[in-house]
Amino acid sequence: MNPTTAKTWDEFMEGIWRQNPVFVMVLGMCPTLAVTVSAVNALSMGLATLFVLVCSCGLVSMMRKVVPKEVRIAVYIVIIATFVTVVDYAIQAISLALYDALGAFIQLIVVNCIILGRAEAHAAKNPPVPAMINATGMGIGFIIGLFALGAVREILGAGALFGVSLFGSNFQPWVIMVLPPGGFFVLGGWLLLFSWVERRKRRKQSGKLGEATQNA
Amino acid sequence: MSTPLLEIISAPHLKGSRSVEMIMRHVVWSLLPICAFYVLQYGISALASIIVVTATCLYAERAFVRTGTQAGNLGDYSAVITGLLLALTLPPGFPLWMGAVAGLVAIALGKALFGGIGFNVFNPALVGRAFVQAAFPTSIATYTPSFLGGRFTEFIPSSLAWPLMTPADAALWLKLKNLDALAGATPLAKWKFDGVVANAVELLTSLSGHMAVGPAPALVLLCGLYLAARRFMDWRIPIAILGSAALTAWLLYAIDPSRYPNPFFMLFSGGLILGAVYMATDMVTSPVTPAGMWVYGALIGLLTVVIRYYSGLPEGVMYAILIANAASPLIEKVTQPVTFGRGVPGRSREGTPGYVSRTDANAAIPKKRFLRNKPKK
Repeated sequence: MNPTTAKTWDEFMEGIWRQNPVFVMVLGMCPTLAVTVSAVNALSMGLATLFVLVCSCGLVSMMRKVVPKEVRIAVYIVIIATFVTVVDYAIQAISLALYDALGAFIQLIVVNCIILGRAEAHAAKNPPVPAMINATGMGIGFIIGLFALGAVREILGAGALFGVSLFGSNFQPWVIMVLPPGGFFVLGGWLLLFSWVERRKRRKQSGKLGEATQNA
Repeated sequence: MSTPLLEIISAPHLKGSRSVEMIMRHVVWSLLPICAFYVLQYGISALASIIVVTATCLYAERAFVRTGTQAGNLGDYSAVITGLLLALTLPPGFPLWMGAVAGLVAIALGKALFGGIGFNVFNPALVGRAFVQAAFPTSIATYTPSFLGGRFTEFIPSSLAWPLMTPADAALWLKLKNLDALAGATPLAKWKFDGVVANAVELLTSLSGHMAVGPAPALVLLCGLYLAARRFMDWRIPIAILGSAALTAWLLYAIDPSRYPNPFFMLFSGGLILGAVYMATDMVTSPVTPAGMWVYGALIGLLTVVIRYYSGLPEGVMYAILIANAASPLIEKVTQPVTFGRGVPGRSREGTPGYVSRTDANAAIPKKRFLRNKPKK
């Protein structure tokens, strides 16, 4: 792999693992906790956010030399709001049931800090293509996060995944999982798992380092 | 080797005989008669429930202690207490797998998350119960009558449900035994939804059959008396809880006897006695100051009666204790006693010199010099 591809790949993977918006940066918690009652809701919310993220990062990046520094946040918000309106109408046209399930959280993508954060931290400093690649990675990371929550909550709260029953009709639903506290519990569980994996990895690395220095 | 004439050891030189482990062991002993009576009431299902819940708590504790993040260890009996208390608050026919979930949540969320014994904010057993109350609201409200025939040979069908599956319908099973569904209701639920007030002797001993009460209040009080007499538990908290609950209930009863039941019923009908004696007195989650204990107890008693009267739930002890647990650091803070020597008894506190700050005393404040080592330009 030549250095440029490696760098691009690194930028893409940043949002998926190292800087995952849900599990590492803990950003955009409002839709994460509120919408993830089922896997379908979670996925569609994630896709909507991905679309807005990629498009607005591209546009912000293109306009980065035109926009005066003093009004940049306002410009970002207008750009993001435009794409959110597009998504809003698109979802309404595709599935009204889904639109009702997601409720106000589609419009609230405007204030999702992942998008504004990416626009400010990455897109405003990089050319359009890397910015969009990075935004795609972030969006996919966000989808993974939402799906992880939505899947667990749907499996325990309704005994199903994507509406397909997993345990038969005799399943005892855990009512708490579809209630707001369930979102917090599942998120806490995932965060615990991720930090545990991370710490284990780090300990292994430091162990290897110690061995290497001892051998040397 | 000769013994040295003078042995030099650092303090402390005198140790009290009571340790966490010893106190906890005595609490477990005092809980055993209550558990025995509970098994006598409900038979083999209750026994299985106690064993499964306690075992889950112990296994969870063991797993968390092994991570090395916990204060305390498996040998301090605190997980046993959590398990026993949790099992006693669940209905006897509660599905065993749900009991295991409750035990796991109690230890993980109630205790391990905060760093083990001594660090938990809420009573672990009640955290576990609150979780299953929110997760499985129908199962936790399904009680079966006590002293059924054949209770030592036959499980209540709902307790043997497969993991993750809906338990069998207890009402159907009762119908086969020629009992109506109301036979399984707790006295509190009967009062709340049907306006039936149970009589005093039944409530106190829960010996008369076909009445789903938890462990007998008289027995719980007796065991609590032992703990209080041996000073393993502070008597102020139960007295404050029962006093405040009785007072609130009595006031309401005096206002409108037709609408509110008598205070005696309020005290002895549900889990209030068990909660007051064993759960609210948890040393970690209750205030340590004597005045704070009275405030804490009064808060629990008041909240219990208010929740029972004015909410959709028939029982409110659990939430009352959890709320008071959350408030106990604050209660402790505002009820700090005056340090010995600071205040003079019998005189107003304004007139006595307590702590005087430097600014109050108009003391000359030394000029601070920052970065003294930095050379001046």
